Amino acid sequence: MTHAVYVHVPFCEQICHYCDFNKFFLANQPVDEYLSLCEDEIVNTLKAFPTDRISTIYVGGGTPTSLSTDQLYKLLNTIKLYFPLQPELEWTVEVNPGSADLEKLKMMKELGVNRLSIGAQTFDPTLLKQIGRDHHPEDIDKTILLAREVGFTNLSLDLMFGLPNQTMEQLNTTLEKVNTLSIEHVSAYSLKVEEKTVFYQLFKKGKLPLPGEDLEGDMYEELRIHMAKGNFHQYEISNFAKDGYESKHNVTYWDNEYYYGIGAGAHSYVNGTRRINHGPLPKYMEAMKKTGFPFREEHRVTLKEKMEEEMFMGLRKLSGVSMNKFREKFNIEMDEAFSGVISPLVNKGLLLQDGDFLRLTEKGLLLGNEVFEQFLLGE
Amino acid sequence: MKHEDRIKRREKIRNFSIIAHIDHGKSTLADRILEKTSALTQREMKDQMLDAMDLERERGITIKLNAVQLSYKANDGEEYIFHLIDTPGHVDFTYEVSRSLAACEGALLIVDAAQGIEAQTLANVYLALDNDLEIIPVINKIDLPSAEPERVKQEVEDVIGLDKEDCLLASAKSGIGIDEILEAVVDKIPAPSGDPSAPLKAMIFDSLYDPYRGVIVYMRVVEGTVKPGDKVRMMATKKEFEVQEVGVFTPKPTAMEELTVGDVGFMIASIKNVSDTRVGDTVTSADRPTAEPLPGYRKLNPMVFCGLYPVDTNDYNDLRDALEKLELNDAALQFEPETSQALGFGFRCGFLGLLHMEIIQERIEREFNIDLITTAPSVIYHVYLTDGSQLTIDNPANMPEQQKIDHVEEPYVKAQVMVPNDYVGAVMELCQKKRGDYVDMKYMDENRVNIVYEIPLSEIVFDFFDVLKSSTKGYASFDYEMIGYKESRLVKMDILLNAEKIDALSIIVHRDSAYQRGKVIVEKLKELIPRQQFEVPVQATLGQKIIARSTIKAMRKNVLAKCYGGDISRKRKLLEKQKEGKKRMKSVGSVEVPQEAFMSVLSMDDTKK
Repeated sequence: MTHAVYVHVPFCEQICHYCDFNKFFLANQPVDEYLSLCEDEIVNTLKAFPTDRISTIYVGGGTPTSLSTDQLYKLLNTIKLYFPLQPELEWTVEVNPGSADLEKLKMMKELGVNRLSIGAQTFDPTLLKQIGRDHHPEDIDKTILLAREVGFTNLSLDLMFGLPNQTMEQLNTTLEKVNTLSIEHVSAYSLKVEEKTVFYQLFKKGKLPLPGEDLEGDMYEELRIHMAKGNFHQYEISNFAKDGYESKHNVTYWDNEYYYGIGAGAHSYVNGTRRINHGPLPKYMEAMKKTGFPFREEHRVTLKEKMEEEMFMGLRKLSGVSMNKFREKFNIEMDEAFSGVISPLVNKGLLLQDGDFLRLTEKGLLLGNEVFEQFLLGE
Repeated sequence: MKHEDRIKRREKIRNFSIIAHIDHGKSTLADRILEKTSALTQREMKDQMLDAMDLERERGITIKLNAVQLSYKANDGEEYIFHLIDTPGHVDFTYEVSRSLAACEGALLIVDAAQGIEAQTLANVYLALDNDLEIIPVINKIDLPSAEPERVKQEVEDVIGLDKEDCLLASAKSGIGIDEILEAVVDKIPAPSGDPSAPLKAMIFDSLYDPYRGVIVYMRVVEGTVKPGDKVRMMATKKEFEVQEVGVFTPKPTAMEELTVGDVGFMIASIKNVSDTRVGDTVTSADRPTAEPLPGYRKLNPMVFCGLYPVDTNDYNDLRDALEKLELNDAALQFEPETSQALGFGFRCGFLGLLHMEIIQERIEREFNIDLITTAPSVIYHVYLTDGSQLTIDNPANMPEQQKIDHVEEPYVKAQVMVPNDYVGAVMELCQKKRGDYVDMKYMDENRVNIVYEIPLSEIVFDFFDVLKSSTKGYASFDYEMIGYKESRLVKMDILLNAEKIDALSIIVHRDSAYQRGKVIVEKLKELIPRQQFEVPVQATLGQKIIARSTIKAMRKNVLAKCYGGDISRKRKLLEKQKEGKKRMKSVGSVEVPQEAFMSVLSMDDTKK
């Protein structure tokens, strides 16, 4: 059964230069209509694919906090109304520094939201501007203070590295600053230039001074050192947490478990089928009105794909993939399913068998894709 | 047909081709001539072509429009038979051009009224003169604002030696001067000679493999007559066949009772393989053969060789099938199996030139869907050993050890470059760099210069033409012909990846430039070979001596550290793409090498990418 929910709010007040998620400039969008169609989607989804309990919710975007307090209330309340929430629920909302005022935060807290993911990216004002963020470093501090005031005890910061023109000094300054903030969780992503973004345009013209593979590698190692100093332990390639504060929602993905996906462009994995919702608002709304579901693509995951995903998602976790669990899930030994794959990677020093678990080595962590691709079995 | 009728008909035949530099208006002029002679509109011509394609389906004849029979009513009131013979337009196919010209009595020389004579044109004019063709110079595009017909006329007189007063002025595009051209064809080009009752002598100038009918031979009858049911013999290959059908292209392939003196048409005779019908060969009667073949035949020998290897070793048999299929229609293509330590099983293939090589390569990749590794093209070296024996080497990897070699000879070409005089310096610099020996330089007029060098063919085969074009802003035109072998101080340079010698990367270079070339190559390979999971040294060696070295750094970071959320399919695609990319690389020893790296050993300098 499915115990996780992702809800997508595809609106933004400003479009970041690197972002290729499904998002739309907020002005003049049919937000209220969208929200009520999301409600329909939730109702229809639960009718078609019921569940006994929900243990994690993630409301992401876009920018959820670009909604007005009333609109956001409506959305969160709908979620609360229909999904059977279990008491030890983890409920995260993405918060943009600057667009989350006291009122919004209070409302969220009252409805049961208990974790905020704050899109800080960097504390360098010049870099923030260059990547198209509209907040200032002080806004991050303010948002954290406000959140604490309202009573949030689980705060996560999103950071980015490998940004154009970013120096090691700039990254160090940001990381040192993070360690003074006494937050519970950090997600640190390296920039990937994607098509249909401002950065891609610049990149094509050769006008995007990216740091390059060596510096990016150094930055990643620097990040890990700082995180360890700040008492964060790394539990996934991009994720660091104080003890007990790992994101349950994200672990759902890496554990290859089911999740609902609500809203335009959302992805879901329910009862063995992966689905992708229509991204463009008119398409999403049209499909919802006509059929009650917004699916653009459906794919019944084959056994082979399930095994592949178990590995290339699971190995992202520092703890790795449990061989016992693999056997229970697929009725086959891991090294039999991937014969000829695992031992060369172990010999190259990229993988390591650690008790019941197969996991990445320190070297493997930096070269994860080299490992993951080996677990695609092909035709 | 009676002998006298054949003689009478012979007097009305005019066989000619059109010689022109690319863009000087050959196809436009051909179109105009077709319109005027077959009295067809463009529309009808297209319809006719469509009919022809239906016919192709019905009767299985593939059409290659390169010898068209046209009828023209001249001002003298008589009806004439024209055969317009097309010629291939590239230096790789000089021999085919010479045979096409040999099928004619005359040629229209088209020169652009603004550009003047180009090297390629001049080369073909000489071929035409060699065949004693009557040349009618036509200055085309005279209605262009930049046209200088008087200057170009003078150039025709100075450079080629034709009377400038004989130049016709035309604009094929605007239809100016077409009638004059057609009348000149009638008046100036001689009718064929030759005895229609003599033993058959017909020259093959092209052939084409058709899956339904076998080989279709394009030929010109010089003496005698041929008709269905006749037994014919190919004089060079000694193969005999029974004629099923003869005919001409009008442009529709049209069966005829017979082909006789002066006729240019096709013959179908259940021939299975184009290599039985060599261009330039003489077709004669098997029962009443002629004593002497027509002059000028020579077996085409490939000049450029390279190794073709499937990226995926499982494609080896498919690659052989592909080469065998292509060979059916390409008598100049040669191949034989070859083994490389680095690349496994493949074929050493011989081509007429670079263009020919590229065409074959592309067809294999596109039509047969096989990813290929192409090794750098090589020429044939004559290696004289200290024990007095001689070797012929077409693969640098097979070069014997230096101490066993007495001396090495390599093929040279005479290269002719025409440029505006502003670029003389650039051209000479390039030719020197390519180890050229200066021969001659002539001013064709106050602005244009004809520069002649003798250059090793190996220096021409790679990027000579590209560099020439870029260093002269495209103004240079270029042609070359083989002149024979000369001794050179050549050495074999090996390339080592991760301390392992990669035979497919070995090249033969001049001793004086070995260090420089080695340096450029190891840098180029460093750039082309992606980082591996370990550090890879790249070395260039002469014998045991390392002369250049670079290092491909170990991969530092390759991991998705982006927030993809629940978008698993995206991650999967990214990993699949990465895996696919590696499949297109060749695993050499423990190093993944991309296709283009095998060609990179020929890169001349680092300024050019």
